[in-house]
This record gives sequence, C-alpha cells and structure tokens, in this order.
Amino acid sequence: MSDCSAASKISVRGLRKSFGRKRVLNGVDIDCDSAESLVIIGGSGTGKSVLVKCIVGLLRPEAGSIRIDGVETVGLGRGARERLVQKFGMLFQGSALFDSLRVWENVAFGLIQGRAMERQAAKEIALAKLEAVGLGPEVGNLWPAELSGGMQKRVALARAIATEPEILFFDEPTTGLDPIMADVINELIVKCVREAGTTAVSITHDLVSARKIADRIAMLHQGRIIWQGPTPDVDHSDNPYVEQFIHGRAEGPIKMEVRAM
Amino acid sequence: MVRFLAAIGAVFLGFLAATGRLAMFAGLALATAFTPPYYLRAILREMINVGYFSLPVVGLTAIFTGMVLALQSYTGFSRFAAEGAVATVVVLSVTRELGPVITGLMVAGRVGAAMAAEIGTMRVTDQIDALTTLSTDPLRYLVLPRLLAGLITLPMLVLVADIIGVFGGYLVGVYRLGFNPEAYLNRTHQYLETNDVVSGLVKAAVFGFIVALMGCYHGYHSRGGAQGVGQATTYAVVSASVLILVFNYLITAAFFGR
Ligand SMILES: Nc1ncnc2c1ncn2[C@@H]1O[C@H](COP(=O)(O)OP(=O)(O)OP(=O)(O)O)[C@@H](O)[C@H]1O
Ligand SMILES: [Mg+2]
Repeated sequence: MSDCSAASKISVRGLRKSFGRKRVLNGVDIDCDSAESLVIIGGSGTGKSVLVKCIVGLLRPEAGSIRIDGVETVGLGRGARERLVQKFGMLFQGSALFDSLRVWENVAFGLIQGRAMERQAAKEIALAKLEAVGLGPEVGNLWPAELSGGMQKRVALARAIATEPEILFFDEPTTGLDPIMADVINELIVKCVREAGTTAVSITHDLVSARKIADRIAMLHQGRIIWQGPTPDVDHSDNPYVEQFIHGRAEGPIKMEVRAM
Repeated sequence: MVRFLAAIGAVFLGFLAATGRLAMFAGLALATAFTPPYYLRAILREMINVGYFSLPVVGLTAIFTGMVLALQSYTGFSRFAAEGAVATVVVLSVTRELGPVITGLMVAGRVGAAMAAEIGTMRVTDQIDALTTLSTDPLRYLVLPRLLAGLITLPMLVLVADIIGVFGGYLVGVYRLGFNPEAYLNRTHQYLETNDVVSGLVKAAVFGFIVALMGCYHGYHSRGGAQGVGQATTYAVVSASVLILVFNYLITAAFFGR
C-alpha cells in the first residue's frame, strides 16, 4: 500500500487529531489519485471537515503523514506551505465569504491577492465563474450578506475554482441547494475533474450527489476510514455501517446519541 | 507554603507564556512588512478607519478635557494666587498626558473593539482559513495593515487632540475666566518644550500599536461563535486600556524621570 503512495496525488497515513481530550481522527489512511474524484461520507460530527482541514494544512495533526504529490506536508515551513497552498482550492462548509468585499471581489480574490492579477481581468474571470454556477453578472456587485444561503454556497464554489487549482476540496457543496441547482453543481464538479483533470475531494451527506460526482467513496466513522471502494460498490458493500448510512436507517451499528423523549 | 509559592509560580509562568505568545504574534505580523506583496489598499482603508473616523470622538473628548482642565486648575490655583499658571498647566497636561491617554482610550473603545469583532467574526466563520487557501497570509492581509494604521495615525490624532484640547482651555480661560487672550497664548508657549509634545507623540504611537495589537490578537484567537467574539472584544478593550495606562507611566518615566 505504501509503495504505491508515491503515485497518488494525496496520500494520508495514520492521521490523528484531537481537540483537548476529544479524539476526532484516530488513524485515518486514505489515498486519492490524480484526476480522481473522491467523496467522503460519514455521520455528522465524525470529523470529515477536520480531515479535509488537516490535508489543506489549516489544522495541525498530532501524528501521521500527509503526502501531496509524494511530498510530506506535515510540519512544512511557512514558505513551502505558501507554495503548496497554491495547488489548493477549497469550498468551506459555511461558505466563509469575505463580507467586507463584494461578490465579484470574493470570487476574484485568489486571482488579485494571491496571483497579483489586474483587477479588471480578474473581474472578467470572476463573472465567468459566477455564470458557471448559475449566477448572473448583476449578482457580482452585491454584498455576500445580500445573498441567500444557497447563493452564498455557489459564490463560494466559484471562488474555490476561480484560480483553477490542481486539487479542489468541497465541504458539502450541495447542502442547502434545491435539487435542480444541486445537479448543476454536481455537473460542474464532474466537469472540473473530467475536463480540467482536477483532483477533487468532496464531503457530502447527499448520496445522489455522491453517486454522481464520485469515482470512489470512502466512509469515515469513529475516526477511521471503515470502508472505501468504487462508487457502484456502495450498493453492495457488505458493510453494515455503509448499508445503514446509504439507506438512512436509524437502527443499525451506528448509534446516534439521542434519547427518546 | 510550597503550594502558595507554586501558585504564584504558575501565575507568573502563565504571564510569561501569554507575553511570549503576544510577542510572537506581533513579530510574525511585523515580519511580513519586509517582504512583498504589500496590501496598500488595506493599509489605506485601515488608516482612514482608525484616523479619520475617530476625529469626531477624539475632538469632542479633547475639547472638553481642555475646558475642564482650565476650570479646575483655575479654582485650585486661585487659592494660592497662582492663576497665571493656568495656561501652562493646560498645555503641559494636554500634550504630555491627557491628549495621548484620552485619545488612546477612546480609540481602544472605538477601533480596538471593532478590530477584535471583525477579525473574530472572520475567525469563527472560517474566513481567515479561506484567506489562507487563497494564498493570502492573514497576518499580512489583516493584521499588519491594522498595526501600521495604529502606529501611524494615532500620533496624528493626538496632534489634533493637543491642538483642540489647548483651544478648549483657551476658550474657558478667555471667555469664562476673563484672561487676556494675548497673555494666555503667550503663557501657553512660554514654558512649552519640544520634548513635551514629542513625548506625547511617542506615547501615541505606542498606544496605537497596543490598541491594534490587542484588537487583532484577541480577534485572531477567538473561538466559539458569537459568544467567543463578544469575549474577544471585551478582552481587547480591557487589555488595551490597562496596557495604555501601564505604558503611559513607563514612557513618562523614561522621558522625564530622573
Ligand atoms: N476547532 C475545533 N475545536 C474543538 N472541537 C472541534 C473543532 N473543530 C471540530 N471539532 C470537533 O470535531 C468533531 C468533528 O467535527 P467536523 O466539523 O469535522 O464534523 P463533520 O464530520 O464535518 O460533521 P458535519 O457533517 O456535521 O459537517 C466534532 O465533534 C467537533 O466537536
Ligand atoms: Mg463538516
């Protein structure tokens, strides 16, 4: 397993991360090939967002290794980290739009500040990206606070793809969208992977979306990847956890910590 | 006894650790000033925010400070027939002490709180992480412009406050206490030395830096939603105010103590 990791775009081994006494990731192993679309599923609060933030370098894991293009990234210095981050684009679960900037400035941010592009040229690209997520040019001049939650999510998606990074991370890209818009976004993600050869790691609870965008699905449960396989295999995984999750049953090996009223 | 000493030691170590974290934060942020890119837009925006928009509140507090100073020193000094010193007392107190301290405190309340709230909200809504993923160093983009704005604009504000404060004293002195305008003005710069104003401006630069640093530091490290941001704002204002008074003493001692 470890000797093929040199070929993977992303290779995570034995990743551990705790917050205080609470252990969230407890030895995660996962790989993602170049131009592959990996979808991570799992219950709420199992640490999917934490896993992605560790890979991107926003959180520092306690132990384990994360290799990007075969290069170890845990404990990287500031300069090297800055260069590495140029490869990444990320859509945050809560959109995380800059509310002091207009919508188009948000989308163009990585181009103007990160890549020192001219404002006018960057604005044109930003408007094109907004169009790709189904938002007209009139939206560009609004402020993020003036948008609905679903619109914010689409702006955040446009911002993540604006710099055309090598690796895209999508934290729940379709949550809060209507089914039709969700499908438009799914198509967009598929297009990024198929046409631009981008590597995509997505988190979703939406199985329709997962089936559509994933080449491979992995399930995170109690701090570990308990199952992974090609997308068609989720339907006959022979794994009780996966079965319960994809059928959305309250009964099963995954115990929700709720008490009957 | 041992337990008592251990407790003191723990507090002291905690204090050292906090100071170290703060110094590290300030150092990392200031270090970004020595390499490109520079976010001139952000620096300009913060300077306008800290300097220009603080003018009304600073002007108002300064004029009333000068006025009350003239009134108080007059009633005090008339007891031993030293009314003539009013103008000198006003100008020295305003330039050396009250101008910088009152401006610093007002700006801590106005600007320090806003910085902590803005950066804190950006932290808890992942906007700071988003900056990082867009190849922008948050220390360079958010913190450095604010630190520079505090450092540069507070002396300017204090200069304005000095002038308005002295003018307030003049108004009361001439129109209420009946001093001769010319004599009052003569008295005002007769004993004023360059060092009086310079020490005030040095204080202002230090206070501006403190206010911005506290606002940014507490905002940057806030966590836990709206409550965390509220707490960061409180910490920013309280710690900046206390530090302003502490450093006011230290700078005064350095300039005039012997
Ligand atoms: N900054 C933090 N400080 C403390 N605990 C945290 C922090 N971030 C996450 N956690 C904890 O880590 C666990 C996993 O959080 P995470 O956000 O990764 O969940 P998730 O799998 O993305 O869930 P969801 O599907 O609801 O988004 C949670 O129990 C949360 O309490
Ligand atoms: Mg999440």
